[in-house]
Amino acid sequence: MSYKAVSARPDVSHNVILYIENLSVSFDGFKALNNLSLYVNDGELRCLIGANGAGKTTLMDVITGKTRCDSGQVWFGQTIDLLKHDEAAIARLGIGRKFQKPTVFEALTVYENLELSLASHKGVWSTLMAKVSAAQKDQMDQVLETIGLVSERHRKAGVLSHGQKQWLEIGMLLTANPRVMLIDEPVAGMTAQETERTAELLKSLAGERTVIVVEHDMEFVRSIARTVTVLHQGAVLAEGTMDQVQNNRDVIEVYLGESS
Amino acid sequence: MTSLLVKLGDMRSATSGTITLFVIVLFVSTTLASLSNLLLPEDSAFHVSTYTITLLGKYLCYAMLALAVDVIWGYCGILSLGHGAFFALGGYAMGMYLMRQIGDRGVYGNPELPDFMVFLNWDSLPWFWLGMDQFWFAMLMVLLVPGLLAFVFGWLAFRSRVTGVYLSIMTQALTYALMLAFFRNETGFGGNNGLTDFKDILGVSLTEDSTRVTLFMMTAVMLALVFATSRYILDSRMGRVIIAVRDSEARARFLGYRTQDYKVWLFVYSALIAAMAGALYVPQVGIINPGEFSPINSIEIVVWVAIGGRGTLYGAVVGAILVSYAKTRFTALIPESWIFMLGALFVIVTIFLPKGLVGILQSRLPGSSGGGKGNANLGRASS
Repeated sequence: MSYKAVSARPDVSHNVILYIENLSVSFDGFKALNNLSLYVNDGELRCLIGANGAGKTTLMDVITGKTRCDSGQVWFGQTIDLLKHDEAAIARLGIGRKFQKPTVFEALTVYENLELSLASHKGVWSTLMAKVSAAQKDQMDQVLETIGLVSERHRKAGVLSHGQKQWLEIGMLLTANPRVMLIDEPVAGMTAQETERTAELLKSLAGERTVIVVEHDMEFVRSIARTVTVLHQGAVLAEGTMDQVQNNRDVIEVYLGESS
Repeated sequence: MTSLLVKLGDMRSATSGTITLFVIVLFVSTTLASLSNLLLPEDSAFHVSTYTITLLGKYLCYAMLALAVDVIWGYCGILSLGHGAFFALGGYAMGMYLMRQIGDRGVYGNPELPDFMVFLNWDSLPWFWLGMDQFWFAMLMVLLVPGLLAFVFGWLAFRSRVTGVYLSIMTQALTYALMLAFFRNETGFGGNNGLTDFKDILGVSLTEDSTRVTLFMMTAVMLALVFATSRYILDSRMGRVIIAVRDSEARARFLGYRTQDYKVWLFVYSALIAAMAGALYVPQVGIINPGEFSPINSIEIVVWVAIGGRGTLYGAVVGAILVSYAKTRFTALIPESWIFMLGALFVIVTIFLPKGLVGILQSRLPGSSGGGKGNANLGRASS
């Protein structure tokens, strides 16, 4: 778990920011990921879909260092081997994550939640002395504006509604401003209007950043995705545009076929 | 920009406000007690006996100890059931210094060796007693030994991501193991009698009223310092990371915080407070023995904090003083029932006052410090 690599930037000279190759993870004999390979381009907005147990969350867990894989490789750009880092180091490298169930720090205020997400020094001694700079303050104000929580800034996150917590999580991700954003079910529990706003936001984020979204809401996926990857039983079943994927024979059989 | 300054100003003044209030209450009451002990004649209705001064000094040591536990339990969710170990180690280091001050005034009149060593037919001081006759060295050991133990223990436990009830059991085992070791004569700390019969500290007699009052005031000063330092740490961004670790450690890791580092350092800091409390406790009560390591002592600290109210710091202080006072009164009246009363009090507070006694106060004072929120259920800290 080296501290040195933390300041490293990913080398995206080949336009690929995440290389995931032959990844396998099993839990008590159950193969959550089965020789999965996936490449994500720099600046892409990618949607991952798949039935429950297809391995979407496990894949995110491996990328962010939460789960160790049995075999395979995960590279961040050309040079950074993510399997060699722990969660904290991977986060500092610039891979951010939003969880399926909103997990904000309930005893802290909205503003404090954002403050902890700032991309600044995260060591014990730095945080003891840390002050919010004017630039960081402006950044947080802007995020509060974007997520619509300006008037809630000094309220405890614990008293927010479910939808507001979702927004706060997204706000934390925006404040951290990572190179790669892994977003697990962003619109669960949101109203139609909020879903639309989220779609707009995610589309605007891609380009400068790479956004990978896991979502069950097919309408939502259709509205944002350029490339969709379908997972099934821990491996990639199909990849392409939404139309290509929806017309894919295998996909119709195992996934979309079941739900329609 | 201006609103930032206002916000920072608010935070600072909230912090310093709590500290100022705490220090004023503490110093006014301790100074009044001290003055009425030293200046008023013994038959005056307002005279405070030296016995009472010593008792109050003991309570303040307990308050410091409770504060140490609140820092890690109330704010970081680490339920230590072994903090008595750090308290006792600090106490033993002070006790060793006081033993060496006895010189040839012991029962056996040996200028070099404490009585228990003469009794065991030892002919020289063990190596770990060397230097303990120097006050500065002993004070260094008061901090170094418990601090190092806390660091090694914390480093091993938090790195391996041991949390919740497993960690609590380990801390309990730690203090139990130390108790067994200190009970043995061969360990070299006076066996089950411990260290006692102290005479002087820094050349002044421990039995003098002025020494007692000085020790009492010193304890109050240290408590105030520790309170202010803890408040500062917990109101910094580091403090918010610590609360984040308590509420969702995994989430904090994904934000880039190496949470085990925060836990180790906070654990060491807390152990140092406990050790200082122990070092102040021993000259005031005049004895340190392995009973201080017993698991029940450590559990009692947790009960003080729970009753006073977790995650506020002053709640721990209030809890420790009130429960200790109740213990003094009730063990004098009906000795064997105290442990049941303590248990009942714990259950009642847990069910009806999850935020402890200061929770009642807090609900009437809006905008009080935030640490206590979101930890209303006891289960959270140990789950």
